[in-house]
Amino acid sequence: MADSKISVEQVRHVARLARLELSAADETALQANLSEILQYIDQLNRLDTSAVAPTAQVGEAGTPMRDDVIANRPDPEAMLANAPARAGHLFKVPRIIE
Amino acid sequence: MSDNAYEAIIGLEVHTHLMTRSKLFCGCSAGFGAGPNENVCPVCMGMPGVLPVLNRHAVELAIRAGLAAHCEIAPESIFDRKSYFYPDLPKGYQISQYELPLCKGGYIELPAHSEGAEPRRIRLTRIHMEEDAGKNIHESGASLVDFNRSGVPLVEIVSEPDIRSADEAGAYLRELRSILRYIEASDGKMEEGGLRCDVNVSVRKRGAAEFGVKTEIKNLNSFRFVEKAIEHEVARQIDILEAGGRIAQETHLWDPVREVTRPMRSKEFANDYRYFPEPDLPPLRVPPDLVEAIKTAMPELPADQRARFVRELGLTAYEAAVLTQDRDLGAYFETMLAAGLKNHRTAANWVMTEVLRVVNEAARPLADAAPLAIESGELLKLVETGAISLNAAKTAFAAMCKSGKGADATVAELGLAQVSDEGAIAAACDQVIAAEAAKVAEYRGGRDKLFGFFVGQVMKAMGGKGNPKVVNEILKRKLSG
Repeated sequence: MADSKISVEQVRHVARLARLELSAADETALQANLSEILQYIDQLNRLDTSAVAPTAQVGEAGTPMRDDVIANRPDPEAMLANAPARAGHLFKVPRIIE
Repeated sequence: MSDNAYEAIIGLEVHTHLMTRSKLFCGCSAGFGAGPNENVCPVCMGMPGVLPVLNRHAVELAIRAGLAAHCEIAPESIFDRKSYFYPDLPKGYQISQYELPLCKGGYIELPAHSEGAEPRRIRLTRIHMEEDAGKNIHESGASLVDFNRSGVPLVEIVSEPDIRSADEAGAYLRELRSILRYIEASDGKMEEGGLRCDVNVSVRKRGAAEFGVKTEIKNLNSFRFVEKAIEHEVARQIDILEAGGRIAQETHLWDPVREVTRPMRSKEFANDYRYFPEPDLPPLRVPPDLVEAIKTAMPELPADQRARFVRELGLTAYEAAVLTQDRDLGAYFETMLAAGLKNHRTAANWVMTEVLRVVNEAARPLADAAPLAIESGELLKLVETGAISLNAAKTAFAAMCKSGKGADATVAELGLAQVSDEGAIAAACDQVIAAEAAKVAEYRGGRDKLFGFFVGQVMKAMGGKGNPKVVNEILKRKLSG
């Protein structure tokens, strides 16, 4: 893929960050896919936006805010209801240690 | 000493909890000490389909912190997602601020501890808002996760690399904690995870313009550990450079038991956080009148109180610095003065010695360990009027700490009042002069040094309760006559 915007190593790197396991075929397909997306971004980049402020969000009012009040009651049973493993009211996960 | 050929370049990142009732993005309690997973809901558990709603009070406290640190408050800032996988981070990302933080620039001024010394300014890069993660408890074979802390509001206070020693890092942290307590943004309790610190350290040859390669020491949770970790890391880096080696850019953990830093097993992609703007939160807009209102309502800051203590009360820079380390201590001192004390420095020294000693010995907060400030003030007032001696005041103070009784009652109960009655003192003086005729003759013959002996005898005759000032006056008069 001569005009590929993204290397297969980059595909693997991003997949690892996202904890995705990809087959060789997946990698090739994603490389093409992601490259197309980046090519589209290139197309957008041709627009002159020098006079436009960077915009991550629209909406004039800004983020709404709430008062600092406690509105939730403790219900650990409900919160743990779907946990695959638990120890009392704690979630149990495979041991992690640095 | 090769150490002197190097200087340390240190920057600190301090995370501190904001004192809100509820969490940053949901209505769960932000309180400490609940049972596991009691203060959690679908929002702070990262369940699909939920939306964060920002806590207004957390924003106000963060602005207060920014103003106290002389930062510029951004009229518009944005929240970003910091992505990484860890069991205590249920969404797979932390909502933080990256490119456009709430507070920019600013500085913390370290108190000068000696007269005429220039106060040191440590510049800040930024203060931004973010949410805390949950807590992992590691057991053999499994890790257990409690999300009570997940979503508790934090500010991260990032300094420029302006700090030059472990001592200075300690001074910076103490001043920062003092400021946060004065403005009631944070209680700064390290043992509850309320204040945590990451340290960036490098060394360079003195006079060099370039910074050396830095290492980061993570998650230090006591001021003493921060100072020890820096000392250790600086020495380690100098040793490597002196041996002709190179410093590896890595992240270290402090081992408080062995008192060494050790490299973290490098998570291969540890620093690839892929920040991007949080799509669930529109920009945070702070109207100028809100900033003005917060500014107007700001309490006196430690630096201002220090300056006032020196300027108006005649304290030394050192005394003022000690008294403003803690908001309660400064308030205690000022309440004492309200008893009408004229000698401010005696009161200051009283707080620094007697009061701080009982607080340290009891290892409890000031309000629990020491008598009411006004009673301490009344006690010193009795010293000023000559009703009791300073030593008697110390005895009374120790009793008051235990009994909780007032100054007057304690002095009466322990019979500590000193005798200032001239008649009684004159009688005691006469008695001593009559009994020590030979020494009196010597004194009158020019042995001035004997005066102390006579004072001692009079005090002894009065059971130690004579007012020394009056005793001196009367004795001098009688002996010369």
